[in-house]
Amino acid sequence: MNFIVGAFKPACHISVAFSDGKNRKQIPIKKDNGQATTVPLFHSQDNITGTIIVEPVSGKKVEHNGIKVELLGQIEMYFNKGNFYDFTSLVRELDVPGEIYERKTFQFEFSTVEMPYETYNGVNVRLRYVLKVTISRGYGGSITHFQDFVVWNYTPPPSINNSIKMEVGIEDCLHIEFEYNKSKYHLKDVIIGKIYFLLVRIKIKNMDLEIRRRESTGSGSNTHVETETLAKFELMDGAPVRGESIPIRLFLSPYELTPTCRNINNKFSVKYYLNLVLVDEEDRRYFKQQEITIYRIGETS
Amino acid sequence: MISDGVVEDEEKWLSAGIAGLQQNAFYMHRALDSNNLKDALKYSAQMLSELRTSRLSPHKYYELYMRAFDELRKLEIFFKEETGRGCSIVELYELVQHAGNILPRLYLLCTVGSVYIKSKEAPAKDVLKDLVEMCRGIQHPLRGLFLRSYLSQVSRDKLPDIGSEYEGDADTVMDAVEFVLQNFTEMNKLWVRMQHQGPAREKDKRGKERGELRDLVGKNLHVLSQIEGVDLEMYKEIVLPRVLEQVVNCKDELAQYYLMDCIIQVFPDEYHLQTLETLLNACPQLQASVDVETVLSRLMERLSNYAASGSEVLPEFFQVEAFAKLNNAIGKVIEAQENMPIAGVVTLYASLLKFTLQVHPDRLDYIDQILGACVKKLSGREKLDESKATKQIVALLSAPLEKYKDIDTALNLSNYPRIMECLNDGTHKEMANVIVQNIMKNKTCISTAEKVDALFELIKGLIRDLDGDTHDELDEDFIEEQNSVARLIQMLHSDDPEEMLKVIQTVRKHILTGGRKRHPYTVPPLIFSSLKLVRRLERQDESVSGDEVSTTPKKIFQLVTQTIEALTSIPVPELALGLYLQCAEAANDCDLEPVAYEFFTQAYILYEEEITDSKTQVTSIHLIIGTLQRMHVFGVENRDALTHKATGYSAKLLKKPDQCRAVYACSHLFWLDDHDSIRDGERVLLCLKRSLRIANAVQQMANATRGSSGSALLFIEILNKYLYFYEKGVSQITVESIQDLIKLIRNEMQGDASPSDPAADAFLASTLLYIQFQKDKGGAVGDKYMLITD
Repeated sequence: MNFIVGAFKPACHISVAFSDGKNRKQIPIKKDNGQATTVPLFHSQDNITGTIIVEPVSGKKVEHNGIKVELLGQIEMYFNKGNFYDFTSLVRELDVPGEIYERKTFQFEFSTVEMPYETYNGVNVRLRYVLKVTISRGYGGSITHFQDFVVWNYTPPPSINNSIKMEVGIEDCLHIEFEYNKSKYHLKDVIIGKIYFLLVRIKIKNMDLEIRRRESTGSGSNTHVETETLAKFELMDGAPVRGESIPIRLFLSPYELTPTCRNINNKFSVKYYLNLVLVDEEDRRYFKQQEITIYRIGETS
Repeated sequence: MISDGVVEDEEKWLSAGIAGLQQNAFYMHRALDSNNLKDALKYSAQMLSELRTSRLSPHKYYELYMRAFDELRKLEIFFKEETGRGCSIVELYELVQHAGNILPRLYLLCTVGSVYIKSKEAPAKDVLKDLVEMCRGIQHPLRGLFLRSYLSQVSRDKLPDIGSEYEGDADTVMDAVEFVLQNFTEMNKLWVRMQHQGPAREKDKRGKERGELRDLVGKNLHVLSQIEGVDLEMYKEIVLPRVLEQVVNCKDELAQYYLMDCIIQVFPDEYHLQTLETLLNACPQLQASVDVETVLSRLMERLSNYAASGSEVLPEFFQVEAFAKLNNAIGKVIEAQENMPIAGVVTLYASLLKFTLQVHPDRLDYIDQILGACVKKLSGREKLDESKATKQIVALLSAPLEKYKDIDTALNLSNYPRIMECLNDGTHKEMANVIVQNIMKNKTCISTAEKVDALFELIKGLIRDLDGDTHDELDEDFIEEQNSVARLIQMLHSDDPEEMLKVIQTVRKHILTGGRKRHPYTVPPLIFSSLKLVRRLERQDESVSGDEVSTTPKKIFQLVTQTIEALTSIPVPELALGLYLQCAEAANDCDLEPVAYEFFTQAYILYEEEITDSKTQVTSIHLIIGTLQRMHVFGVENRDALTHKATGYSAKLLKKPDQCRAVYACSHLFWLDDHDSIRDGERVLLCLKRSLRIANAVQQMANATRGSSGSALLFIEILNKYLYFYEKGVSQITVESIQDLIKLIRNEMQGDASPSDPAADAFLASTLLYIQFQKDKGGAVGDKYMLITD
């Protein structure tokens, strides 16, 4: 019995500890099995260092053909599960082939790692960074251990950030002019603007501002587009008359946004749109969608 | 959709709303108690979501709103504590804005905003400006009005007013005013818009609902008026023009009327006075359907009250030429609103008149000017028939009377009679009544013929039948009116006899046009008034022996005779007879024997020819006897002729008891205490005996017809006459005759056939008591009585 149990248990326990792990910001993520956990945050060009501990189970010896740690940047399409595309792959050999009888600690270091893309968890795609520890064995298969971490990249505020201003309408029915103060917003930004009613011949019930995320994956005829509405923010209640001007003030912080990503490694894009929706008394919707760029800025605090 | 079910459904929706609100409020309280900000925000937002309903009428919505309002107070306290616990108010201010639905978001924002201002971390003006701007997101009239009303409510005590703890830098009041004005403007726009949204068939309902909401809008004006820093200068330059701009531009009947009234009511009087022109200029610009006349009337009413508050404010009125401006404005308004009902026009003038009376009591020309303008409007139309208009006219015309308490002033107003001309008969009468009542109340003395003429011309509605007014029945009102006129005639008085005569002549001229219906009421006072003059002349005769006095009693008597003749054409002979007798007595006092004789003759003729009713005859004959008894002017022959006639009439009365009484009354004609020449005991006795005979005849007749003798009353009455003359010392009345009479009475009363008559018993008893009393008293009279024994 004991033998059989031993055969199905991993022969050893592997754990990864980042050297500055205590000082790093912890970001909550959802693991593959659905459990929530927190992982440390890194930025591009960071040194990723730490220790790996390999601990054989209760005095058993582990025979191996070498131990290595890989830093992988992967893009995974959900419709093509199990098929990872590694856009970054760095390897460090930790140990030459041999045997481990007791707990053994290895140091590792990836210095100034180029991590151009941010961690992303979408509907059809995810981009993740992971440390993969492999103990290669001739028989019984290799032992692997994954340690996720999150990468965020800060962008400086754009030098050109024009407002979005537009007049739209349906002839002799509805003419409005709207303005958003910027075209590029950072994640904790606030959208300020106004809607000016030039002509109102329909009975409007209310007006919402939506933030929509458009995630496209694949390319060519294989492109999948998924659109989600992340925010539905009521701007106006009731029917305005000509000449009314309705203020907009939408704080982005409560919503789970990510920076806009364009054509990441030819695999996917994430774009954000502001959708202004007017609903009339017959529940007909009139809307106008405008793309905005979302970026991440360094936290000042 | 419009059915009886609507109200029921509404109740249902309301209770559902309240239930939802209470449930979320419960969770909110729990979150508050455990200092859980996140949950507090979540449940408060859910609670406030109940206010998003469109199903309730304003009345019901208000109920829901009030409950939410109470809950928000608790939340506000929580927010305040939360800032004390280290949560920055700025963060809170952002946090509440994360709410997805706008209505809960804005209620929360206003609530936090209130705490924000109190924290003084940002200038009050900035927070207020932000709040009032953000509220634009609610374009639904009902919800918007309540939200803004909430804003107004929470910000009232936090305006950066002068002297307030939230006072900012320079122009701080401006910020406060600007905030309130903006909120007011937006609220008014929502309120007006309400009228135009929704199906046309519910228009009236909406109008009613809007009426219920008006105070939410008006409240802003009240807040404005409460801002300390709004001085006259600011009111004049900023507040009033801005408010009026909104009022005029909204082009909504209900709003314009209500807001104009609001402006007038909430701001101080002296502001109105100093901005009269601006305020008045707005009036002609209002919608034609707006009840401007009421608005202006209220304004003038307020200004009048202000003027009445003390004489020290009056110079302000003169300085701004209030009258000219108001008069001008009224003219313009009337011109601008062609369809204004005549009642409205009159109301305006009536208010202006009251104002003028208060402010310029000395300017009769102003008053006449107002009346003139009114005449201009009224003339050329049908006579006024509308009850509202006539009521106002009466008010208009009564105002000067009440103010001056003197009809003289009204008589000086040239346009006064001209307005009276425009009235229909009923109103004319009513107004005439008011005038008469006023004169009587103030005891005004009208002393010249000219004025009397004018006055009677004014009240001609009472004096004579106007066109078409020919109904003959004498109702109570008519009698009341004519009695008033009678009293009025009595009040006319001039110390100058000559003038007084003219007055009488004038009155006579007028009342003679009154027709037979009125004469019985109006002629007597005139006659008495004339007689009063006669008596005055008589007294003066001794002191002033004027040679060229044109006013002589004789002349007056001629006039009087002619006047009484007017009565003879109507069947009121007893009245004429009474008047003739009065005149005769007056003539008696003036020692005018022929005149007095003539009057008596007239009275006799009336008695013989006109008075046929036996009852009237009885009263008339007693009147004649009474008057004649007192006449001393007559010579023996004349007196004999008259007394002879009188006794003759007495004996010819129809009923025996009447005969009997008249005859014993005649006995007095022959015995006057203070007149030696008229002491004819023989004839006294003759009269009494004759009456006894008649009394006997009465008894016999009673026996013959009813089988029992009548009452002994007549005998007792005669006994009293005997005693009277016995006491006076008429020698022909003997003790024996009295004793016989008493015996006779006792027999009569004890007879088997005589009915018991308590009145007679009592009368006899007291007569006997009197005899006993005189006996006991002693003295000469007592001695005489001692002779009478039973």
